[in-house]
Amino acid sequence: MSSLWEYANPRKFMTTSAALLPWVSGIAALCLGVGLVWGFFFTPDDFRMGSTVKIFYVHVPSAIMAVNAWVMMLVCSLIWVIRRHHVSALAAKAAAPVGMVFTAIALFTGAIWGQPMWGTWWEWDPRLTAFLILFLFYLGYMALWEAIENPDSAADLTSVLCLVGSVFAVISRYALVFWNQGLHQGATLSLDAEQNIADEFWYPALFSLAGFGFLFLALVLYRTQTEIRARRLKALIAQERMA
Amino acid sequence: MKGLFKRDLALAIRAGGGFGLGLAFFLIVTILVPFGVGPNTATLSIIAPGVLWIGALLACLLSLDRVFQVDWEDGSLDLLATSPLPLENVAAAKALAHWVTTGLPLVVAAPILGLLLNLPMPGYLWLMLSLALGTPALSAIGTFGAALTVGVKRGGLLLSLLVLPLYVPTLIFGALVVTRGAAGLDATTPLALLAGITLATLAGLPFAAAAALRVNLR
Amino acid sequence: MQLHTEIQVPPHDVHIFGPPQPEAEPFPHPQLSATGEAMHVSVTNLACARGGLQVLAGVQFAVSSGQALVLKGPNGSGKTTLLRTLAGLTPPLSGQIETAPDAIAYAGHADGLKAQLTTAENLRFWAEVFGTSGIAEAVDAFDLHELLDRRAGELSAGQKRRLSLARLLVTGRLVWCLDEPTVSLDAENTARFARAVEAHLTGGGSAIIATHIDLGLSRSETLDITPFVAKSLPSEDPFSDEAFA
Repeated sequence: MSSLWEYANPRKFMTTSAALLPWVSGIAALCLGVGLVWGFFFTPDDFRMGSTVKIFYVHVPSAIMAVNAWVMMLVCSLIWVIRRHHVSALAAKAAAPVGMVFTAIALFTGAIWGQPMWGTWWEWDPRLTAFLILFLFYLGYMALWEAIENPDSAADLTSVLCLVGSVFAVISRYALVFWNQGLHQGATLSLDAEQNIADEFWYPALFSLAGFGFLFLALVLYRTQTEIRARRLKALIAQERMA
Repeated sequence: MKGLFKRDLALAIRAGGGFGLGLAFFLIVTILVPFGVGPNTATLSIIAPGVLWIGALLACLLSLDRVFQVDWEDGSLDLLATSPLPLENVAAAKALAHWVTTGLPLVVAAPILGLLLNLPMPGYLWLMLSLALGTPALSAIGTFGAALTVGVKRGGLLLSLLVLPLYVPTLIFGALVVTRGAAGLDATTPLALLAGITLATLAGLPFAAAAALRVNLR
Repeated sequence: MQLHTEIQVPPHDVHIFGPPQPEAEPFPHPQLSATGEAMHVSVTNLACARGGLQVLAGVQFAVSSGQALVLKGPNGSGKTTLLRTLAGLTPPLSGQIETAPDAIAYAGHADGLKAQLTTAENLRFWAEVFGTSGIAEAVDAFDLHELLDRRAGELSAGQKRRLSLARLLVTGRLVWCLDEPTVSLDAENTARFARAVEAHLTGGGSAIIATHIDLGLSRSETLDITPFVAKSLPSEDPFSDEAFA
């Protein structure tokens, strides 16, 4: 492998991702299985939150993945705008619905968790509201992809939207803190804190986090393959019409 | 750039230009609110800042799809793109014309509608200040959205879907200025943040809008 | 409003299109054609795309001062795409287009007029955008005196077309790129348009015109673009790779 940019060639990407996908999917299934079963059935109940704490093994990883997907779209959009690699644009397109579903899962599990904890399904807390806005950003981004026929123009316009949207998303996040201080607990997992949670919760959480990460990777690879095949089909049809 | 600005003003004011529609919409939305929440003046005076800001925001949104769509359909946008005027200037002139024909009348009309909603006395100055400082951002963001969707047939709904989430910070700070001002508190901090957002959007978004226009024209 | 009296008609020796070519060279990198005239547009191995698909490949031509190039080709062969590429609206897939900056005035299918503005206002707007002053010549050339105070929305299709073509004179640019300019013009106005083009060429300008009719221009060449119609996707298209899995 001489350069990362080799994977910008759709053919190279197809062969490599085809080889990787079974492994990525397998690891995702394994990690998710271990993490969720361990987390749900073999950890003690929290002294304050009782068994409701166990939804944490789905809620936190999906929330992290929801943000990660947007960051990935941002990076892919930048690569497309700067280097015009088609695979990058298609990967951004492929990541959007996955990110949107993770956002929806984070919001949904949050509501289920919030009901017994805070006594309400929904609270206009800055963290929750930020995810709601992120959900709207995903919706708009996907709608723009769908609305533009020419795939290169669609890639350009969605990239511009993604770049501008990212700036506004960050501004919105801080505006929301200004707007309402909120109920949500602080970040459960962070790298700078000495210890966030006890080890017995931490290890299954790590598995679950890795599982969600690999699940995201597998879904994005699958969807990018589909997008590449769709473009290939388009090229073949055009070729046929020209000849 | 001045020529384009003047032309857009003339077009908006003449028959069929849609000038005043946004203002009428703002009036109707504000009048409808008491029918929805009840005539209790105490309730109305609490929600007045938010209602006025959301009304102004929706009124701005209403005329956005005309910003580039008409020029796109009649071919003027092609001609402007091949003229010595950079598309960045075209976008800025369009945003400015949109603000003067839509945002500015809202600033002037808002205090009258504030009376209808029983906005507390100290709030009026803050209401006008916040709208005057905040609506240019709405026009600039909206012009960017209009540039993104100019090639889409019946793109009005898509435009709203793209633009409304981008309006969140402007709305938060704008409404907060009025809420705090109406409660007799100091509102200079949110006002400064609102002005910051406006300046940043005015400085940055014409470039993004021009990039989107270039993609849509090819 | 009497626009034609407000504007000073320049004396006869003043050239509408700027100074005549040989004395003052308007191009930063002058090139001379075989006949010794200033090259206005030079296209080498150009490939153009429409809607992301390649439509023309290997286009090659040059247009110099005083020359008109008439583009021919069946519907859908890519004349509009070529003109839009020359005007800089569509980026070329590959190849070179050499023109002086700000040399090209483009006029497409659409008239680009504002229905609520009068004829005079439409022309004055473009004069302001292009930073030029003389709209009197444009009014004369297309006989728009009667229509100056009428709104463009009230004009007939042919009158709109004349107004739209008059804009070209207002731009003061050297190279006219015209897409089917004679649509909805009657015989008399087609002749008037041909005279305007002829005057533009005599004044040192040039024109690239996609049209199906014979304008009877003295120095015109015809370019049939049919041989350039692309038969395959561009080789750089990563999705057209023959060995694709």
